[in-house]
Amino acid sequence: MTEPVIQVEGLYKNYGAVEALRGVSFEVHEGELFGLLGPNGAGKTTTIEILEGLRTQDRGTVRVCGLDPQKSPLEMKHVVGAALQSTSLPDKMRVEETLEMFAHFYRNHRDPKELLKRFQLEEKRNAFYNQLSGGQKQRLALALALVNNPRMIFLDEPTAGLDPQVRREIYDTLEELKKEKKTILLTTHYIEEAERLCDRVAIVDYGRVMALGTPRELKQRSAATTRIEVRLSQPSADGALNHLDGVTDCRKLEETYLLHSSKPTQTIVALVKHLEAEGVELQGLEMFSPSLEDVFLELTGRRLRE
Amino acid sequence: MVNQTWTLSMMRIKLALRSRTFLFFSMAMPMGFLFGYVIFFGRGNAMAVPYLLGAILALSVMGAFWGLSMQLVMFREQGILRRFHLAPIGPGAMLASSIISNYFLVFPTVILEFLICRFVFHMPTWGNLWAVFLLVSIGAATFSAMGLIVASVTNDMQETTVINNIIWSLFLFLSGVTIPVAFMPGWVQKVTLFLPATYLATGLEGAMLHAASFSEVLEVTIALTVSLILAFEVSRRLFRWEPEEKIRGKAKLWAVAALIPFLLLGSWELARGHLLQEINHQFQIINQRATPPRQSTHRR
Repeated sequence: MTEPVIQVEGLYKNYGAVEALRGVSFEVHEGELFGLLGPNGAGKTTTIEILEGLRTQDRGTVRVCGLDPQKSPLEMKHVVGAALQSTSLPDKMRVEETLEMFAHFYRNHRDPKELLKRFQLEEKRNAFYNQLSGGQKQRLALALALVNNPRMIFLDEPTAGLDPQVRREIYDTLEELKKEKKTILLTTHYIEEAERLCDRVAIVDYGRVMALGTPRELKQRSAATTRIEVRLSQPSADGALNHLDGVTDCRKLEETYLLHSSKPTQTIVALVKHLEAEGVELQGLEMFSPSLEDVFLELTGRRLRE
Repeated sequence: MVNQTWTLSMMRIKLALRSRTFLFFSMAMPMGFLFGYVIFFGRGNAMAVPYLLGAILALSVMGAFWGLSMQLVMFREQGILRRFHLAPIGPGAMLASSIISNYFLVFPTVILEFLICRFVFHMPTWGNLWAVFLLVSIGAATFSAMGLIVASVTNDMQETTVINNIIWSLFLFLSGVTIPVAFMPGWVQKVTLFLPATYLATGLEGAMLHAASFSEVLEVTIALTVSLILAFEVSRRLFRWEPEEKIRGKAKLWAVAALIPFLLLGSWELARGHLLQEINHQFQIINQRATPPRQSTHRR
């Protein structure tokens, strides 16, 4: 098996009395899109910035493309690309000249014009940085991350604060990069982002990796239950739905019953039989599988907030 | 590294030329000073122009002290340096780009000042152009590096502005470019001997007024060069990319290292008194040239 592109072993980092990282370990393999999922303050940005060579760890070892970011920073930066959580550039720099300037810093680089086209910035090529919208700035940040045609790409919350349309465009770009077999490390606190894009996810909280695996594995490993939302023509008798097969919890929220089931198929069969016997009409039924949000809740006891 | 430094320098020149503030302070203000000096101090007398141009050139070159060092602090505070830190660029390239771009930004002003003096104010001499070129070149680089050292030992724009203003006031009022050193009390004249700005101003005034030779500006050239090397190296070692990285109090003392050549040169000049003699001599020449012969005889 080839050596992982990223190896992180027992990473610790303190900011004064605050323990930002408490023994983070994981590996990322060639061609993989790996996600660090966690709420703000979980330690995601500290981890990615140590890998990018922007910060130093207190303890632990890190290898990126076989290099130590502290010992060979310049060599490493030639083969990695990165977009910061918040990218700032001089206000009076034009879009195209920014890409051209960064391209000049690297031994190998892509054609800036091709990147302008790919990130739909052609019309803005002569615009100053301070004339760009939030989405355009983020697209430029992503274009800069690819300017050296990197082997490894770090993206720190690439869609945070963007509107849904721009977010979808960025998802499409990341899916294209996946097809190109680029190795990507992404941090996010958006569940849908992690579920849709990531091959594997590390759930991070309080500076620790709480769980690691594919989104499917994590959900399967979880004891989380399926949620069944039911709307009826008339209220059900008190407690009757609680006793259906597989139901672990039942609550009424306005006109909707929320059933949590560990055996959703059996629960639905039992529900239909029960309603038929009672002469109650089923007006609506929706089923929700456990999400990474449920997994996170189960692991940490708190919710990921968007 | 050479390629990266050059790319950064070109970018910073472009940014400076797009900044109205920079254009005002680096182009418009020195021109204002030039016209003000020649009209009010020289009273339009062409014979006084070379001396006044020497002072104006020194002022323009010293302006590199403010130049792009403030921009570097602003870049750090705004998180712009972090983006550059992701690229394979070291502190040396970033700092060198400040010096190189400052150098190229100073020259158009210097050339324009020369041309205005020669063709508008009918300056009778070009002085020793090679000595002027040498002093302007090394001066622009050294004062730029001195700005960088302040940027390296300060933690935010406010602190940088305060310290820059204090140092700039010393350069401006004690170097002889605004108030002639010959007018100052004896103890203040001795203080001026420890300022790099005094040597630059005196050297440029000498090169313009009596076409001072290379050997006459050698001392100041060596002192400015050593100062440049020290200031660059200290700035490189203290360079910070991150806005939250703060410098500790003791580390700030390293900034004094850049002044060592002038502390030594000042002590030496204090002992031999050569520079003060030169300053007073230049001032006498200009007084004689600017004063009509009849009045001059009457005074004597």
